[in-house]
Amino acid sequence: MEDEKVTEKENVTIAGHDEYKEHHEPLVRMVKRDTVSRERAIAVRAAAIVSALVVGGILILFMGHNPIFVYGDMVNGSLGSALVLRETARMAIPLLITGMGIALAFKMRFWNIGAEGQIIAGATAASYFALFHHQNMPSPVLLMVMFAAAVVAGGIWGMIPAVFKAKWNTNETLFTLMLNYIALEGIRYLQYGPWRDPGMMGFPVISMFNISARLPRVFGVHVGWIIALVLVALVYIYMKKSKQGYEITVVGESIQTARYAGINVKLVFLRTMFISGAIAGITGFVTVAGANFTISEGVTGGVGFTAITVAWLAKLNPAAMIAISVFLAILQKGSGTIQTIYNIPESAAQLLIGLILFFMLGCEFFLNFKLVFKNSKKEVTE
Amino acid sequence: MEIGTDSVIKLHNISKSFGTVQANKDVSFELNKGEILALLGENGSGKTTLMNMLSGIYYPDSGAIYAGGTEVIIRSPKDSFDLGIGMIHQHFKLVDVLTAAENIILGLKGSAFINRKRLAKEIREISEKYGFSLDPNKKIYDMSVSEKQKVEIVKVLYRGADVLILDEPTAVLTPQEADILFDMLRKMKEDGKAIIIITHKLNEVLSLSDRVCILRKGELVGELQTKDATIQSLTEGMVGRAVNLEIMRDSGALGDERINVSDLTCLNEDGLKALDAVSFGLRAGEILGVAGIAGSGQKELCESLTGLYPIESGSIKFIEDGHTSELTGFSPTEIAKKGVHLAFVPEDRLGMGLVAGLDMVENIMLKSYHNDRGFLIDRKKPKETAEKLIKSLEIVTPGVSTPVRRLSGGNVQKVLLGREIDSKPSVLIVAYPVRGLDINSSYTIYNLLNDERKEGVAVLFVGEDLDVLLELCDRIMVLCSGRISGIVDAKTATKEELGLLMTEQ
Repeated sequence: MEDEKVTEKENVTIAGHDEYKEHHEPLVRMVKRDTVSRERAIAVRAAAIVSALVVGGILILFMGHNPIFVYGDMVNGSLGSALVLRETARMAIPLLITGMGIALAFKMRFWNIGAEGQIIAGATAASYFALFHHQNMPSPVLLMVMFAAAVVAGGIWGMIPAVFKAKWNTNETLFTLMLNYIALEGIRYLQYGPWRDPGMMGFPVISMFNISARLPRVFGVHVGWIIALVLVALVYIYMKKSKQGYEITVVGESIQTARYAGINVKLVFLRTMFISGAIAGITGFVTVAGANFTISEGVTGGVGFTAITVAWLAKLNPAAMIAISVFLAILQKGSGTIQTIYNIPESAAQLLIGLILFFMLGCEFFLNFKLVFKNSKKEVTE
Repeated sequence: MEIGTDSVIKLHNISKSFGTVQANKDVSFELNKGEILALLGENGSGKTTLMNMLSGIYYPDSGAIYAGGTEVIIRSPKDSFDLGIGMIHQHFKLVDVLTAAENIILGLKGSAFINRKRLAKEIREISEKYGFSLDPNKKIYDMSVSEKQKVEIVKVLYRGADVLILDEPTAVLTPQEADILFDMLRKMKEDGKAIIIITHKLNEVLSLSDRVCILRKGELVGELQTKDATIQSLTEGMVGRAVNLEIMRDSGALGDERINVSDLTCLNEDGLKALDAVSFGLRAGEILGVAGIAGSGQKELCESLTGLYPIESGSIKFIEDGHTSELTGFSPTEIAKKGVHLAFVPEDRLGMGLVAGLDMVENIMLKSYHNDRGFLIDRKKPKETAEKLIKSLEIVTPGVSTPVRRLSGGNVQKVLLGREIDSKPSVLIVAYPVRGLDINSSYTIYNLLNDERKEGVAVLFVGEDLDVLLELCDRIMVLCSGRISGIVDAKTATKEELGLLMTEQ
């Protein structure tokens, strides 16, 4: 009996092995990279952009156009003349500013997707002074007051979810998202109700700002670009060199460690989210005072969400965000141009942008991993 | 090469590298039916990587694996299961909200419905066969560490594993729990299973295994029968040179009482007493050991002393130069502001003591940055400290700007302990300072603690290895379910005495 059992068992194992022979060496497998050289990183990213352009080109071919001309006009339409260049810069400004606000929160692993709401809060507060108090003060003072109001309103809007997170550990992602809708409905109410311009013959719009509530221009673009660049420097120093920035990093990495080190975690939550929201509020201010000269329910133009891409692609580095936000602005402006020239539908142009972003985000995989193909073992042992 | 009839697994010239790091180089060995093979090596010697290739997590760069005499390719954990290989990882891979039985069948093919009765019966049969008990319907979150480990073991047995690989299974167990585990493993061996146990605890190797394979820097440097091995020979094989295994107890004259704890009571999350009327004194120039089964209140004791855990009642006083300060109810920052220099090396090094993603400089300044004047941070001083520590503690790191997560366990601990000692504390609290560390690093840590004692620092040492506690400490305080069941003189106490106090009802 005993012997029989053993043989039976061995049979099972051997049968298992027979089935096993069918397994072949994997054709492709992933190997994590240790470090990536600078040249290689640039090469991979360049390859990603080329692939995106090729795939996008096929898409354009299908729509019956010559990809080379279409791409050429995209570049021309966003960088080709001083006029469009200014327009592109104007589109990059809100992305850059908001991206920095988001980066501060993300560094703390506080998933603030409420920049839309914070922009609206800042824009609304600035508009209040522009619409109803412009006659009471000279232009520079008015603009300062609008700026301050936007900072405070955006900051408070950003701080609310942090208060709830600190006190009751609520989920900040849902909370910030919901606050977007509250802010949006708030501005709608004002647009269709109390702030509606009676002189617009029934159109639900808010009147244009007085000239004293408009930001001056430098090199043809409103001074928002200077504000943005100054903010880049400030946020960079704050994140990398200041004690408070260090606290944000520690809290983001481990709340336990922060407590152990004697950091007041709740205070860091509140303070950082105030600053994050305040920076988004500044976006609201420069948009209404520099670009739109009025406020409407569409004031954000989706910047609050696009800026998440900016922050992420730039790996939360403020300096890198300059390049990323300009790049996204070029894509957006360029896609607008080809829509008019080639009569390409907006959705197709958006698809093109989506493709390029997909390849850019996707190439990060190839920076962190390499693929090893069957029979190429030599490469590995090198 | 001749393959014996009893050979279940054979590795031939296995190599694996990660980037520029060669984790394994030309490793060959065999595993036979009905034997326990100990795989021995210091941290980073490639033990876990090697076993991960058997369990399908990594794929070797070169070399071949044979099972039952045929060459096999293991591409995934599933392939590994099919071959009857089951690995029990150091960090359990269980779903907390499911029961033991649910975790055991997770991922297995079967009918759409679970026959819970039959499953429970099968699980009971397996556990009874190897002499332990496991409640199939208990949720994982209600389980102790050793119960979770049993679930992992039954999981691989249920899948029909004939080869079991255990990665440092006793790192999280008490001595008693470890003995139970060893009995189980011996029964499995008698049943014809082949077992590989990864460890660096030498006494375990000697008492449990039949054969030992020693890895050093990714290469197999020794293969011997356990009966021919001694602690000394195994250590030399692991480290590559002779190591002095004696701990010096440099007890000088004891100083005055520095910390006075009276009637300290703390509650856990469920409102039960985690510490129950604990009273003791800690004197300058002594190492007071704390022994006890895991979860007897050690963590709460350390954290309440340092202001990190809320105190229900009782008091903690700090006495230095005849001046007494009350520490009860103050935060770590407030305690530091009183001029009380407490240093704390917590159990969870990378989750609490250090920031894993930051580099050494940024970790060194963790507790001192708020003393910098002004808005900006000073990196110069912590950088100097980091460089000094690298030299004095022989920390192996590519540089001060490498994230500490990339360092090996022993070097991580040296960074943490080095930072705490560098702050010139008058009280040093260390929790499980050598857990997961290899022999060399462990002895470095013991020596550092000894030096602190000589400097007149009051040291509280929470440990798990009773032999070490007895050799190193002046007195040992035993915690049992949050109460002090005894404080003994370490020079005269025995291991059995401590064991009894640990389980006293």
